Amino acid sequence: MSAHAESHDHHDDHGHDDAPHSTMKGYMTGFFLAVVLTAIPFWLVMDKVIPDSRTLAVVLLIFGAIQIVVHMIYFLHMNTKSEGGWNMLALIFTLVLVVITLSGSIWVMYHLNTNMMPGMTHDMTQQVKNLP
Amino acid sequence: MNTPDLAKLIFGRLTLEAIPYHEPILLGTFAMVAIGGIALLGLITKAKLWGYLWKEWFTSIDHKKIGIMYMVLGIVMLLRGFADALMMRAQQALAFNGNPGFLPPHHYDQVFTAHGVIMIFFVAMPLVTGLMNYVVPLQIGARDVAFPFLNNFSFWMTVSGALLVMASLFVGEFARTGWLAYPPLSGLAQSPDVGVDYYIWSLQVAGVGTTLSGINLVATIVKMRAPGMSMMKMPVFTWTSLCTNVLIVAAFPVLTACLVLLSLDRYAGTNFFTNDFGGNAMMYVNLIWIWGHPEVYILVLPVFGVFSEIVSTFSRKRLFGYASMVYATVVITVLSYLVWLHHFFTMGSGASVNSFFGITTMIISIPTGAKIFNWLFTMYRGRIKFEVPMLWTIGFMVTFVIGGMTGVMLAVPPADFLLHNSLFLIAHFHNVIIGGVVFGIFAAINYWFPKAFGYKLDAFWGKCSFWFWLVGFYVAFMPLYVLGFMGVTRRMNHFEDPSLQIWFQIAAVGAGLIALGIGSFIIQLYVSWKRRDELRDVSGDPWHGRTLEWATSSPPPDYNFAFTPVVHDSDAWWQMKEHKAERRTEGYLPIHMPKNTGAGIIIAGFAFVFGFAMIWHMWILAGLSFVALLVTAIGHTFNYKRDYYIPAEEVARTETARTEELANHV
Repeated sequence: MSAHAESHDHHDDHGHDDAPHSTMKGYMTGFFLAVVLTAIPFWLVMDKVIPDSRTLAVVLLIFGAIQIVVHMIYFLHMNTKSEGGWNMLALIFTLVLVVITLSGSIWVMYHLNTNMMPGMTHDMTQQVKNLP
Repeated sequence: MNTPDLAKLIFGRLTLEAIPYHEPILLGTFAMVAIGGIALLGLITKAKLWGYLWKEWFTSIDHKKIGIMYMVLGIVMLLRGFADALMMRAQQALAFNGNPGFLPPHHYDQVFTAHGVIMIFFVAMPLVTGLMNYVVPLQIGARDVAFPFLNNFSFWMTVSGALLVMASLFVGEFARTGWLAYPPLSGLAQSPDVGVDYYIWSLQVAGVGTTLSGINLVATIVKMRAPGMSMMKMPVFTWTSLCTNVLIVAAFPVLTACLVLLSLDRYAGTNFFTNDFGGNAMMYVNLIWIWGHPEVYILVLPVFGVFSEIVSTFSRKRLFGYASMVYATVVITVLSYLVWLHHFFTMGSGASVNSFFGITTMIISIPTGAKIFNWLFTMYRGRIKFEVPMLWTIGFMVTFVIGGMTGVMLAVPPADFLLHNSLFLIAHFHNVIIGGVVFGIFAAINYWFPKAFGYKLDAFWGKCSFWFWLVGFYVAFMPLYVLGFMGVTRRMNHFEDPSLQIWFQIAAVGAGLIALGIGSFIIQLYVSWKRRDELRDVSGDPWHGRTLEWATSSPPPDYNFAFTPVVHDSDAWWQMKEHKAERRTEGYLPIHMPKNTGAGIIIAGFAFVFGFAMIWHMWILAGLSFVALLVTAIGHTFNYKRDYYIPAEEVARTETARTEELANHV
């Protein structure tokens, strides 16, 4: 039993055991990717490369999502095995909730806007503009 | 710079007119609070207790003491929230036939808002957090939570939030918007005064505490279980606590973000939720319920765990269907994110959306129903002992099933179109929150009190408290179901139809009975303290318990367990008793413990000042207190004297005394 008595002090030094600390090379790769992934959207917006604002927004969101993955791998050192798989489980749970929240909100708000705010939707504004 | 400008610079919008000395009810309350407060402070000073309180409690980072302080906060705020409830019941019972009652609408609207906010955020939340704080580390055989300082800080942030709500009573006013402060009513155009700002900042300050304590307990349960306690050997209360805290961590940032957007509308002139300039108030309703629905499961899941522990202890049986209980809890955790729209079926999202959320809502009642059957089957052929915690549990099972069924009725969108915003809804959610959360909290207090203080609570006054609450609940809320069916809407200040009055009078009697229930509970605490020698429990296991918290002494030593227990079964302590596990009496080692610190209470104090300054637009004070807050927090990171060792001799002394005590009494 006494062998386990010390197990309480274990939380002092966790982080050194299973999660691999990234090397200088890892950090530099991450940094480089992060800079590139920030610079490209900046350029897209500043030089107005994509004229359609809706397409632009989608492209920016995709860059943002890739940026999140880069941060998680190179800076937070996440992989499928770190912390005994708990990190992966937490990530999957978070993804499920984020997908539910975002897609659900878009779905709900789309219906609410269509039903309750007809004056706000695009075609109605267009109709008003087209009035003589 | 002339005087008015200077005063405005320092005091913002705060003027002497903000003190409500022209309102007799508030003045009377203030006088009572002031006299009571001064008497209390005087008594503490006279008994020279300040040093003791500061050293042993306020700065303590012992999870047990923090848990007890959470419970005290919850009970004190329960009294405040319940006073609001009594005022509302009295007002609605009186205000008929042209009688305006005693609360003008302006005041009445603040009362129902404060009642909701206080009961959810500053009664139910501290009470369940306190329980989890106290019990979880003991149940998993740990010496403290994963981040003991953070725990103390979380508690004091919750206190700061509660203090902001209380301050609104005497300085300025509280929101008049209902407990979720929907815009556009809570926007600057409709609520230009400080009420909504009090609402926002008290929730933001307390929200920091709640989120951090959620992170803390998740880390504790995941990382600090005793050796041998695999996930499927965790006690059910620990399981429900884990799911609850996962929900807290996932849901509370949504509330924070939602309130930040509302405060930007109010402070920075943005238009997220305004009526014009492209704002959309429906987005606020959508966002706040994405937090709000998980929130109700945050409250009720821990008490499901409490009932699981109590049912199996007092039926002298292993819990029926442990695995199904765990799966049901996890399923509820995920499903609680898929039902939020049932809070606004009538906002107009149409048939497809409403049917989806109606069906998910009905599905979530399946795991909950499975839990009820598990408890019933645990009781079946058990040797049930009808101690006070068990009474609360049986009262819960009957009451909660009724509340659950009216909930399923509301989950049917066409029915909801008739019943929404009516007193039927009010009756439903009080049915589940009182019948579920409140009964669970009282069951838990009666169950774990001997662990925390070393003596049982008086059973007679416990039974009085239970029966007054149970009967009072039915008398107070069944009339509201009836009124709801008649189409009476919620939050009404007075009524025209005299035929309704009798139902409100019955409901007021019910509220009076609940007041007796609360009074009996206070008397129960006092009487038990007077009779503590008769009620003393030296075994540490007064109920013949099954889980690890009963393996140590009552109250447990600072370090909880001299030796970390090794777990072979989900009912670890029961299994140890069955195998006649011997108490270890030698080989003690020095125990590594965290040291008390005042940083938590000081930082939270600055957070209170910051919140208050933001509410009253005192920008200078806000800036100063925020800087002070950051400096104290950063300063604390340079405090390296955070731990100490309890020497092996002292552990040996404590444990030997305990061994002798056990030998003498058992």
